[in-house]
Amino acid sequence: MAASLHIYLRMIKENPSAYKDLTGSFVTILKQIVGGKLPVDFNYHSVPAPWLQIQLLRILGLLGKDDPRTSELTYDVLDESLRRAELSHNITYAILFECVHTIYTIYPKPELLEKAARCIGKFVLSPKINLKYLGLKALTYVIQQDPNLALQHQMTIIECLDHPDPIIKRETLELLYRITNAQNVSVIVQKMLEYLHQSKEEYIIISLVGKIAELAEKYAPDNEWFIQTMNAVFSVGGDVMHPDIPNNFLRLLAEGFDDENEDKQLRLYAVQSYLSLLEIENAFYPQRFLQVMSWVLGEYSYLLDKGTPEIVITKLYGLLMNKSTTSETKAWIMAAVTKLTLQAPSSKTVEKLIQEFSVSLDTCMRQHAFELKHLRENVELMKNLLPIDKSCEDLVVDASLSFLDGFVAEGLDQGAAPYKPHHQRQEEKLSQGKVTSVWCATMDVYLYFRFTAVLNFEPYGLSFSSTMSSSGCTGRQSPAGISLSSDVSGNSAETGQKEINSLKLEGVKKLWGKEGYLPKKENKAGNNPELQPVAQDSTLVENVDHMMLKKDQPQALHHSEEEAEKQRLASSLFVGLGSESAVSLLGKTDTVSHKFRRKSKVNGTKNREVTIAHNINCSSFNPLSNVPYENNDHLNNIQNKGGTGLKKCSLGSEVLESDLKSESLAELHLVENLSACNLSPPSLFEDNSMEIFHPPHPTLSSFANEISLTSSLLEELNEHVHSDVVELCNNEILKVSSCKIWRDDCLLLVWLVANKSSLELKSMNLEITPTENFKILEHPGFCFPIIEAESTKSIQHHVHMEKPFTEEGLSGYIKYQVEEDPYIQLDFSVTLSLLDFIRPMKICTEDFGKLWLSFANDVKQNVKVSDSQANLPFALKTLQQKLRLHIVDIIGNEGILACYLLPSVPCLLHLRAHEGMVALWFRSSCSSLPDYLLYQCQKVMEES
Amino acid sequence: MIKFFLMVNKQGQTRLSRYYEHVEINKRTILEADVIKTCLSRSKEQCSFIEYKDFKLIYRQYAALFIVVGINETENEMAVYEFIHNFVEVLDMYFSRVSELDIMFNLDKVHIILDEMVLNGCIVETNKARILAPLLILDKMAES
Repeated sequence: MAASLHIYLRMIKENPSAYKDLTGSFVTILKQIVGGKLPVDFNYHSVPAPWLQIQLLRILGLLGKDDPRTSELTYDVLDESLRRAELSHNITYAILFECVHTIYTIYPKPELLEKAARCIGKFVLSPKINLKYLGLKALTYVIQQDPNLALQHQMTIIECLDHPDPIIKRETLELLYRITNAQNVSVIVQKMLEYLHQSKEEYIIISLVGKIAELAEKYAPDNEWFIQTMNAVFSVGGDVMHPDIPNNFLRLLAEGFDDENEDKQLRLYAVQSYLSLLEIENAFYPQRFLQVMSWVLGEYSYLLDKGTPEIVITKLYGLLMNKSTTSETKAWIMAAVTKLTLQAPSSKTVEKLIQEFSVSLDTCMRQHAFELKHLRENVELMKNLLPIDKSCEDLVVDASLSFLDGFVAEGLDQGAAPYKPHHQRQEEKLSQGKVTSVWCATMDVYLYFRFTAVLNFEPYGLSFSSTMSSSGCTGRQSPAGISLSSDVSGNSAETGQKEINSLKLEGVKKLWGKEGYLPKKENKAGNNPELQPVAQDSTLVENVDHMMLKKDQPQALHHSEEEAEKQRLASSLFVGLGSESAVSLLGKTDTVSHKFRRKSKVNGTKNREVTIAHNINCSSFNPLSNVPYENNDHLNNIQNKGGTGLKKCSLGSEVLESDLKSESLAELHLVENLSACNLSPPSLFEDNSMEIFHPPHPTLSSFANEISLTSSLLEELNEHVHSDVVELCNNEILKVSSCKIWRDDCLLLVWLVANKSSLELKSMNLEITPTENFKILEHPGFCFPIIEAESTKSIQHHVHMEKPFTEEGLSGYIKYQVEEDPYIQLDFSVTLSLLDFIRPMKICTEDFGKLWLSFANDVKQNVKVSDSQANLPFALKTLQQKLRLHIVDIIGNEGILACYLLPSVPCLLHLRAHEGMVALWFRSSCSSLPDYLLYQCQKVMEES
Repeated sequence: MIKFFLMVNKQGQTRLSRYYEHVEINKRTILEADVIKTCLSRSKEQCSFIEYKDFKLIYRQYAALFIVVGINETENEMAVYEFIHNFVEVLDMYFSRVSELDIMFNLDKVHIILDEMVLNGCIVETNKARILAPLLILDKMAES
């Protein structure tokens, strides 16, 4: 049983609600154990099965958490456990500890809490050090619920704080950390810093430094203290601390609070303190600290009196020349110097610096030096590029690099080879001198971003993190990405990175669930305008808005309208929190956790970001319906179309086919009514006539049996889609016609050989000329010893495609003998196109993702289309109908399709519609297939 | 959860080691050396629990032999502390007055005992009679 409890504990931890009904059993078991019902050999020092008790108490704690009803059941047994555990042996303390833990975890009951509190007293006051430790640990936990308890034991706590054993000290600090408020923060932080100075253990430093930084940010009584504490944190924590700490600190400094004056003072103080720190000779500071310093000096030195930039630059120059400074830090410093140059345009030090680094071996530094040099020559530009105190203005970073689309398209038009990702290039081992390297890099990132973001790929985490880390890298390495944006600072780069991060995550989570594109219902709603005119209106507008956004700003791609709603809610919730905690720096208490605040900031910026995007890209479209009427109307139309298309597609081919079937049926009927003319043999997939067999209108009565045969044959194969019967060759005696049947596993060619004469044909021989492109599963030759007069024989060949091609003839001949005459030979040929061998591949989005990554061959092409078909659903419908591709999923203006070439060469297509263009992107395991398919797609789209 | 169970003597020689989380072989030696160093440097008045990296060590000294258990934050330190004693009591019962030599020369049996008591890092059996039952049967088999 002891073993099974561990399993229960784990399961309950994961999903407590599913096991609530077991509470009674656990309580009974515990009661029996506590009551001494177990055999004596389970006792350990006369305590019955203590480890079992501990395990059960843990389980009850998990079950009773925030659940008054379940907790009710456990009160009795907990009380009993507390009572029974006579404090005779260590193990009873272990049980008591667990008991207290449980009592404070479950729905509280005052009596029990009181008893538990008394128990803790026994622990903490115990002279045994192990028990003291346990007591502190319990107290740490309990204090979160009931801070008053700390007052009772304050003397003990103070004692423990100066205890020689570091672990006791550490636990006490942990406890203090939980009870910190604005009044006691400076004392507690001081104690923590003391401990920090003694400690060498890296893990302890990391966790303590994080806690100090958090407390300092939350409860700082004044600016001076805050900056001093952070200085201590940075110099002790150095390079091991979590990178969030300096980043948050800088953000706090940059974003400031409500009070402009207060901000200025804080910044000024920071600048002054850093200058004085740099004043000290031979002092060693961790790299991170230097980075923080250089950023702050670069941004806020202007707050000092005039004439100082020169001094600051000299200081920074000194740092740059320091051997121990890493190149990353140098980049930060360089950025700071660049910012300062504006204030001291004729600085000699800057000149010296430029000269020195223009010949530096470090290419990064050299680049910065040249950038600085050129900036210095153009003061106006520099003013625009490096505005003062604008570090927290939001930048719209187009992470998808969509602004390069035009460039890429141009390149493609001029015959440049489409970009191939690195792994493919390696695989093919082709020398691709044509591909320009810049383009490579940008497209790589671009495509990767889009794809990892849009499709729920299985190895998503991996690829995602790699992209993120790379972007993080750039952010770090060039804090002054001057060429990139107007505001150059590590902070903004970092913010941008975060934004992208969260954007992408949300996009993935909410738009593409396991079951595919989630907001399907929404589309359906859009499809029935009569039913919900009001709701639909707003949905549509928002949808359109959302679509438009996507078109121009792939970054905002993932903001579905529900998400926008959520964000509005979140920001309205979190903004309040954020400002509150910001105020708290000035001395007010609050309980908002650090993380919350951070989140809110990100949300806030993101929201602002979205608004900007709205303004720029769809100035007239606002989700809140102050939309000009005609625009609204027009877009409604588009959306309506889109809606229908989407619904059709998402409902799968079934609906679509049946729809079309009825359509074409009606059409047929009409045509037949109008005239008895022969229907011209329709092209293969046009209007889906393959669903219905319309026999070629008989003109010769002798064909009657042929027709009956064909129809019977085709009835057999009714479940398969097939073409019309086409006459291949004939003479006065014989007629050969053929019919293609598109079976799922192969192309079935049916040859119908009709004997029109009244004579018997002997040893008729049908032979197909083998070609390398086709693989015919049966023997290509076929022989009928005899064909009776006026009868028809059918021969079937299963054909597979060996090598992709666009169109290819399959030729053959037929030989026969009439009585004893010599052989007569008739040649025929039938044209097979690639489309005869393409079948829809029914896979789900996830599989698509997996496959997509596994294929190396890809082809990308932008196809210009007329406005009417610029919308995605239309394009998808066309492809589904005419090429028989399976629509895997649709998201906004992107769709994914899959098909395979018989026998089993898969090919995937990603399709994105934007502004009269459709970007097609094929991937396949076969190198030539994408090209052929692309050709077919282009043809189909031009036709339609 | 228990991460590892070590028996090390004062000279720093590992007598028994059992890992419930994967640790590379070469890292084990480093870890064991480091762990015994930390334990040896502590006095009797100091706490038997040590914070070590991101987990905790619980140790107990029996003559020249240290038993050190690495646990994560979900485990109850005192329970593990007493569990070590329970383990030693079981050894004592089986070997009747267990010594370091007993452990050295009957390592297989010590392992059997430990495996009876700890499974996948969880304490599953503490009843001495039950722990020893399979071992006694094995012994009987070996005799006959």
